[in-house]
Parts: sequence; C-alpha cells; structure tokens
Amino acid sequence: MKIILIFSQFCLLVVLAPLVSGFIAKIKNNLRMRRGAAVCQPYYNLRKFFVKGEVISDAASWIFRATPFVVLAATLTALFLAPAVIAANPAVLAGEFLAIIFILALGRFFLALAGLDAGSSFGGMGSSREMFISSLAEPAACLAVFALFLQPGTTNPELLGMINGLRLANIFAALGLFMVIIAETSRLPIDNQETHLELTMIHEAMILEYSGRSLALIELAAYLKQLLWFMLLGQILFPATVSYSAGFIPLAVTSLFFLAKIFVIAGIVGVVEILIAKMRLFRVMDYFGFAIVMGILAIVAAIMGI
Amino acid sequence: MPSLIYSVGYLKGQFSRRRIMLLNVLGFLFIVSMAAVVTAGNTIFFLIVWELMSLLSFFLVIFEHEHEQSVTAAKIYIVMTHIGTAFIIAAFMLMYRYSGSFAFETIRSLSPAMPQPIRNLVFIFLLVGFGTKAGIVPLHIWLPYAHPQAPSHISSMMSGVMIKTAIYGIIRFIIYILGVNVGWWGILILALAVISCLVGVIYALMEHDLKKLLAYHSVENIGIILLGVGMSMLFYSMNLRYLAVFSLIAGLYHLINHAIFKGLLFLGAGSVYKAIGTRDMEKMGGLIKTMPWTAGFFLLGAMAISGLPPFNGFVSEWLTLQAFFLGGLNSSGNLKLFLGLGAAALAFTGGLAAACFVKAFGITFLALPRSKQAQQAKEAPVSMILAMGILAVLVIIFGLAAVPIIKVLALVAGYATSIDIKDMTFSLNNFVLSLQPAQEAFLSPGLIAFGLLIFGAGAVAAYFLFNRPKVSRYKTWDCGYYKLDSRNEYTATGFSKPFRLAFSFFLFPYKRTQKIRESFYHVKSFSYETHTTPVFKKYFYEPLLGLVFKTAGIMRKIQPGSIHLYIGYIFLTVLSLIIFMGKF
Repeated sequence: MKIILIFSQFCLLVVLAPLVSGFIAKIKNNLRMRRGAAVCQPYYNLRKFFVKGEVISDAASWIFRATPFVVLAATLTALFLAPAVIAANPAVLAGEFLAIIFILALGRFFLALAGLDAGSSFGGMGSSREMFISSLAEPAACLAVFALFLQPGTTNPELLGMINGLRLANIFAALGLFMVIIAETSRLPIDNQETHLELTMIHEAMILEYSGRSLALIELAAYLKQLLWFMLLGQILFPATVSYSAGFIPLAVTSLFFLAKIFVIAGIVGVVEILIAKMRLFRVMDYFGFAIVMGILAIVAAIMGI
Repeated sequence: MPSLIYSVGYLKGQFSRRRIMLLNVLGFLFIVSMAAVVTAGNTIFFLIVWELMSLLSFFLVIFEHEHEQSVTAAKIYIVMTHIGTAFIIAAFMLMYRYSGSFAFETIRSLSPAMPQPIRNLVFIFLLVGFGTKAGIVPLHIWLPYAHPQAPSHISSMMSGVMIKTAIYGIIRFIIYILGVNVGWWGILILALAVISCLVGVIYALMEHDLKKLLAYHSVENIGIILLGVGMSMLFYSMNLRYLAVFSLIAGLYHLINHAIFKGLLFLGAGSVYKAIGTRDMEKMGGLIKTMPWTAGFFLLGAMAISGLPPFNGFVSEWLTLQAFFLGGLNSSGNLKLFLGLGAAALAFTGGLAAACFVKAFGITFLALPRSKQAQQAKEAPVSMILAMGILAVLVIIFGLAAVPIIKVLALVAGYATSIDIKDMTFSLNNFVLSLQPAQEAFLSPGLIAFGLLIFGAGAVAAYFLFNRPKVSRYKTWDCGYYKLDSRNEYTATGFSKPFRLAFSFFLFPYKRTQKIRESFYHVKSFSYETHTTPVFKKYFYEPLLGLVFKTAGIMRKIQPGSIHLYIGYIFLTVLSLIIFMGKF
C-alpha cells in the first residue's frame, strides 16, 4: 500500500514540475503588467520539443547523445530521495541530503561535457561558467546544510526541518540556501532563462546545440531539479509536514500544505526575479560570498542556540 | 593495511610491462621497496627501505634523461626528498633517545613516557618529513615536476602508491607509535590538509599540461586523505572513539580510491601522450572518436575523482563530509565552526575538481581535434587498454561494494588507533551504509546506481518509443558564418579563465602578448600567453635558496683553496677537540 502511495506521489511530482515554472513565468509577467503565456505553457513546450525533429552536430560524440538520459536519470533519482508528503520513505536508505547534492552534480557534469562536445564556443562558454558558478555554490550549500544539521543531528532530509519551531539559525541557513537555489535553477541575478544573448546565458548556452526530443528530456530534468530544490527549501523553511498516517484526510491536508509551500516559494522566486537585474559574471563571487557569510552566521547562531 | 597498499601497488605493477628491461627492473625494485616500507618492523630497516624507495623513484624520474626538464625535476625531487628524510631521521633519533630501541613495538610502549615538548618536536619532525613525501602544501613543490616526467605507469605508481607510503608513515608513527594526546596536532593537520586541497585543485585548474594537472590533483587528494586522518587524531584526543575510527576509515578509503582512479587517469594520460606525442591539452581534442576505449576509461576515472555517484570517490568524499558533520555535532563552540568551514572547504574542493575534470576530459577528448597529431591519433595497444580496464572495474567495485570494504578498513582503523571496534557497526546490511547510532542517515551506492539505471532506462525508452521523429546530423550552429573549425573551440585556457580571475588574489596571473607585424597596418600574427605566478616558489623557496647561496658565499671566504690553510684548520680542529675532551 505504502509503496503504491510513494510511487503515485513520485509520478504526481514529475507531472507537477513544469507547472511550477509556468507559475513563476505567469507571476513575472503579471507583475510587469503583461498578460503572459498560459500557466501550462511549459507542458506545450515539452510536447512541441518531443514531436519535433532533432539535429545533432557532426562534431558531437556519444557523450552528447547520452547526456539527456544521464541528466534525467540523475535528477529523477535525486527527486526520489527527497521527502514530499509521505513520511518514512524507504528511499532514505539509499541516500540523504548530501547524497542528493552529489547526484545532482552527476547531471551537471554531463551537461557541461555536452556543452564542450559540439565544438562551438557558446557551449564551451556555458560549461565553463556553469562549473564556475556551481563550484562556488557548493561551499555555500554545504555550510547551510551543516548549520541545519546541528540541531536535529541528522542529514536525513525528512528530519532536517524545523523541529523546534522557528529559529534564527534556520532562517540564516534558509537564506543561504535560497541564494544557492537561485543559482542552481539558473535564475536572475545569476543566470537568465529568458534570453539567448551570449553575454548573459549560462545554462542555455550549454544546451544550445540540443533540439527535439533530447531537448525535451533536458528541459524536463531542469523543471524537476527546480521542484526538488523548492521541496528541500520548503522542508527547511516551514514546519516539517510529512504525513505519518496513510489515511485519506491527513494525506489530503499535507498534500495541500505541500502545494502551498511550493507555490509560495515559487512566488518569492518570481518576485525576486523581477526586482533584480542580471549580475556581471564576476560579481557572482560577491553574491556567493554573501551566501557563505549567511551559512557562517547560521552556524554561529546554532552554536549560540538561537 | 600494508597488504592493501601492497596489493594495489602490485596489481598496478603487473600492467606496465611495456617498456624496456631496465625500466622493468627499476620499476620492480621500486614496487618491492614500497612493499618493504610498509612491512618494516623497526626504524632502521624502515629508513633503509625508505631511502631505497626514494632513490629508485629518483632514477625513474630521471629515466628520460635526454630531456632537460627531467633532469631539473629529478634534482628538485632528490633535494626535497632528502630534506624530508633528514627530518624523519631526526625524529627517529629522538625516539631512540627516549626509548633506547629501534623496534616499533618497544618505542610504542615507551612513548607515553616521553616529555610533552619532545613529543611535540617529534610530531613536527615526522609531519615535515612525511609531509614532504606526501606533497602537503607548501612542501608539494617537487610533486608537479617529478610526477609528469616519469614514464606514465611509473607516474601512476608514484602518485598512486608512493605518496601513500608517506600517509602510512603518518598513521604508523604519529597515530600508532607516538599516540595522539593533544588536540592541536589534529587541528594542525586539518588546517594543512584544507590548504593542500584548495591550493592543489586551484593550480590543477590553471594547468594545461595533462600530466601536471593530474599531479596537482594528487596534492589535492592527499589533502582529502589527510582531512580524514587529521580528524581522526582530533577526535581521538577528544575521546570520541567512534568518530576517531570513522574518520580514519574515511581517510583510508579515500587513500585506496585515489590509488585506483589516479592510476587509471595517469595510464589514460600516458596513452594519450603516446598517441599524439604531447601533453599539452591545447593540441588535443576529438580523441573520443579515435581512442574510444581510452576516452571511456578516462571518463570513468574523471567521474570517480570528481566524487560523482555511484563510483568510489563519491563514497569516500561522502564519508569525509559526514565525519565533519558528526564531529561538528559532538564538539562545542569554535570547533563547530572550524569543522563546518572544513566541510565547506571540502565541498568547494569537490566543485572545483569537477570543473577541472570537465576541462580535462572535455578539452582532451571532445569536440574537434586541435592539431594534426590529434587527428591521426591511434587507439592504445590492447595491453594498455586491459590495464586501464582492470582499474576501471576496481573503480566501480570500490564504489558499489562499500560495505565490505568499510568493514575491512574498520579493522585497520581500530588497530591503528587501538580502539576496540567490536560494538561498532557501520552498516545496516550488505548494501546499506548506516551512521547509526551517531545519526539517522544512510547511504547505499548500490541503490543509487540501481535508481540511475532504472530511470536512465526509462528515459531511453521514452526517447526511442512513441514514433520517434527524424534525427539528422549537421554542422554545429555557427551563427550563419562560415563553417566552424577547431580554432573556434573553447580552449583549456579559456575554460579556466573565470577561475583565474576569481583566484587572482592568489595566482597573480599575468599575460604576455606579442604582435608580429609586416607593416604598421598589417599584423601578421599575434601571440598570447597567460601565466600564473608560482607563489610558493617565488615567496618561500626562492628567498630560502637565496639565503643558502648567501651563506655559502660567506663560507667561501674561509676556503681560499690553499692547502696550507686547510691543514691549519685540521690542526685547529684537533687541538680544540683535545681541549674539549680534556675538560669533560
């Protein structure tokens, strides 16, 4: 019974993921006084990519062909380990918070290789910048997780939440992690998903050579990764809300609360995106410096017990 | 542990019988000497075989003596390694002074009686001595010169096994024989390890000589291993027995892993070197098509060293991170922050290493060939592929079979720290690592691999089923200009540019540009070079060397070359000795 529930939860998450992006785009457009595309536009995009023909560069090797599969597989695996609604997922035996970060790195590694594979300088530029940014994001994420870990004493993401109410340490850590998430989901001010200008694109530059069904897989992986990060942030920012009971009413209540969490975070991300301009690449260091300071503050707060 | 190191070294020795006889003999003796180092039972024998190992590896570095670089590298190596040995000898003499014995066990039983300042001194001497061999920053100076110059299979052994004997020395003499009783030893090693990690990986990022890049990664990985060892010492002094064993397991695990994947990477780099005759990455490219096997194995090694699941580097880096986390949980105050920053440094190192290996693999093997030699590269012979294949299988096995390996390492770690590990369990069953009761966290590389396979198969199915649309091949998007060629590709230097600028406070990059003109208006060719300032060489070793030469200059004044004066010196010496002896 529980296995079925967990699998259906997983499938629902996969289906939900593109909607989050559509929601953010809608919020951004409405705040700019535009009508904007439909909330379901990401689904239409995916369908379009899925049925379109594909062009592969002459210079590309099997790495380029394999990358969409590896990226999607890594993201799905990581998503499977993250807590959503149902508690005590047996998947925790496979890995915890740190393992999720490691697994996501696998997908990124292949994306960066694929960027170099076609021999275009766009791809190389994208790979170089993506690896630069992600290597700066890693210590910031690690410090935030460390500070969060100090209170419950576990890196199991299900238990790594606000167990004893709102604490200063959690707020600092969540802020640091939020900054990491902005970078990881390639949003402003680090990256810009809406542009294909060579000066500003990072993630888009890496996948510039992709088209057709391969692109559909990569885009889906990007949506899933975004949802995964929002889930992890929600787990920290809001009281731990996994449901230990399999009854209909507790499940329905926690599901609703889960959706509310995700969309509140998505709303915040959308608002932040329209308030901030894109940063120059080398100011990213200051940005992550700030995120690291947040992490250190979180640890100090945790030591002081506040 | 000796047998483990030995078996790794021995296996790798098997693969490399592809050079001429002398090299084989030297290489064989080198392996024997390394094995002897870890089986030595007293300090005298240890010193003899240690010196034998150093000298043999010196001959191996200078093997291609017709190259100027080999000779320079070998000179730096022999000087550094002897400075290290001198410190080890001094430490052993101090130990002998207080225990009256050369046998390990006797020294061990008498070492608690040594006064604390002497223990500290012995610790420092051992750390400098073995640190030189291991390549801890700032004693790493010889490593990026010596490793690339040796023939590739020797580089793989030097990097994979020889520098590990130094780690063995640290564990054997500091943890096992001397015994850790003060906290700052561990903290000092941790701090040095963090610096080694970061400096190693940053220099590796700047490097576009493939083997030198790998050599700098050895500095980084030694740092990661020492993180585990240093934490073990710290936790031991804090009486956290479980964590002391756990951290040492993490360090030892990474030690073995590094031997495997670095061996693999050096062999891969060696076959690339053999195929195209250069180690400069800017002249490579596109090799994945002409050398598919080498490329595949190199990719596996690159993934393992970047700590990507489910391969072996992932497991040991995860264990080291968890050791930091658990240490932070069980310590208090500033130490918490220190350990948190250590964990962040490790994460940073991991991120930079991944970037570096995207560069190393991407520039070397992907896209279009950047030179004629790269275009005409041929796949390596079967024996070399087989050698890499065996190591590649080990990379996978040591990733997936983490539980049995950790159980073996737990025995070693328990022995080295003299902690009873009977009531400690590190796993739930044969597939799942467990940190209980320290914390509720589990890891199963096997399950992660299973998940990746299942979901990967799902993605492949989704791609190929559902009436697949047309797939065509065409040239890379060139913005409507001419056809792109390899000159439009991103280069290794270009790839590392953001890092070079980000770390300019440490690297001091500078560039040289030169225009060759036919006339004022027509620039015929343009050359552009970027360099980074070798900080340690310039600000640490060169002043030191200057000082040595200066003193030598002063000494020369009393050596004018006159035999009469020298006889006078001898006479004076004898006279003063007689007076000295008479007085006491």
